[in-house]
Amino acid sequence: MLIRRPHDIKPSEITDRKLYINRRTLIASAGFAAGAAAVGLPVQPREARAAPLASVPSPLSTAEAPTPKNKITTYNNFYEFGTDKGDPAENAGSLKTSPWSVAVEGECAKPATYTLEDIMKGETLEDRVYRHRCVEAWSMVIPWVGFPLANLLKRVEPTGNAKYVAFETLYDPKQMPGQRSSDLTWPYMEGLRMDEAMHPLTLLAVGLYGETLPNQDGAPIRLVVPWKYGFKGIKSIVKIRFQAEQPKTAWNIAAPGEYGFYSNVNPNRDHPRWTQKKERRIDGNSRLGTMIETAMFNGYGDQVASLYSGMDLQKDF
Amino acid sequence: MNRRARDRWIYRAVWLGCFLPIPLLTWWFYNDELGANPAKEGLHYLGEWGLRFLALGLAITPLRKLPGCGWLLRFRRTIGLFAVSYIALHLIVYVALDQGFDWAEIWRDIVKRPYITFGMLAFLLLLPLAATSTNAMIRRLGARRWRSLHKLVYVIAPLGVLHYDLLVKKDASWPHFYAVVIAFLLGYRVVDAIRVRMARRTRASFQQPRLVQ
Repeated sequence: MLIRRPHDIKPSEITDRKLYINRRTLIASAGFAAGAAAVGLPVQPREARAAPLASVPSPLSTAEAPTPKNKITTYNNFYEFGTDKGDPAENAGSLKTSPWSVAVEGECAKPATYTLEDIMKGETLEDRVYRHRCVEAWSMVIPWVGFPLANLLKRVEPTGNAKYVAFETLYDPKQMPGQRSSDLTWPYMEGLRMDEAMHPLTLLAVGLYGETLPNQDGAPIRLVVPWKYGFKGIKSIVKIRFQAEQPKTAWNIAAPGEYGFYSNVNPNRDHPRWTQKKERRIDGNSRLGTMIETAMFNGYGDQVASLYSGMDLQKDF
Repeated sequence: MNRRARDRWIYRAVWLGCFLPIPLLTWWFYNDELGANPAKEGLHYLGEWGLRFLALGLAITPLRKLPGCGWLLRFRRTIGLFAVSYIALHLIVYVALDQGFDWAEIWRDIVKRPYITFGMLAFLLLLPLAATSTNAMIRRLGARRWRSLHKLVYVIAPLGVLHYDLLVKKDASWPHFYAVVIAFLLGYRVVDAIRVRMARRTRASFQQPRLVQ
């Protein structure tokens, strides 16, 4: 009689390759850091190291070639760390992303402060390769990792009075030195109409290129709304509030004539100071990128145009 | 080394110093050190150097009056021509890389967007100054007319600052810095002109008795 012996090693005990590779580099770099400190070499300040994320592909991804990672992580508008595109990559090391929690407030059945782990619990992370169109007329293709915002919103059960969702970024000038200047009103604020927030394309991103978000790209959790200009994608979120009134938004307060609440990508409505008809796609093809025509709703019109039927998008820009 | 040879070397050094931003930009571009959007970076870089040279050119007139600084005047033309050159390159990058030779769109930009209108106007006003920069042209125009023509730079420099200030999205600290520098340099001229006029009037009142004689 053949008695099947159970396997010595259960599948659950096998370490994922990505994880142990990462562990090795961590140990190696820790050793290097200790050695460097011993001989008096400057040691880089500790930053949250990118950790691999398990994710599944999504049919909502574009097939366009993603922008190289080093461009996505060195060309950022994140005024909390400075107004130059290179500032966030240089300065965002001071942001502490763990522990992290998000306060959920307002018109919902389960308002509370949730830890990042609570928020991600039970969520299947997806690879969402989205076009990203900045209001400054440049664009990228970004392979985000995240889950639909709708999943989180449904879990906290918004009430009938919840017409809009307001978001806030962390306010802490010690960690975010740019907040000492008055370039914008702090904390950074954004908002969506409820139907926009619940749309399947609307993403809470926690990663980029298969790893946790670099700080300069909005770690540990940020919003991605691919049919709107990039500044709607609020970074490093600490507050989500359901409310009946349209939320105030940071750029709209700064320049109401230039940045509307909706800020849908719209080649037919110019920014007062430049055209929105075309964009420079920052890509891996050439150093200068490629000039392309901008598409209505950033090419997501089939999925989202119905949200705005009957609205005058020249007026509600 | 005789004096002429020394002057020639000083002149070459100044010229090289003024030219240096170009090889630097080229070097950074080929080493991929201009960030993810080198076209924008180069555009702003050239425009800012144009503005710096305008300010530098305006600084020479007051500076040369300081004791021992009279020799500075020799470099004013070089600096002015470098200002025009950087601004011309700035314009070329805008037309070629920013707009991709889309002339219709460029025209719309000029008509619709004040910062482009001011920038373009500043460039057009610079052209007659560049064209009359040779010794032969100074002789043909006569020093007096030449000098009044070149006072156009008092309009051009503020237009350049305005162009810069209107363009930035937020954090206008650099445009404001240039605004202060240029306001100071132009303000100096106003004060100086008033002083000269008052001195002349005083002199005139001294001369009056002789006139009625």
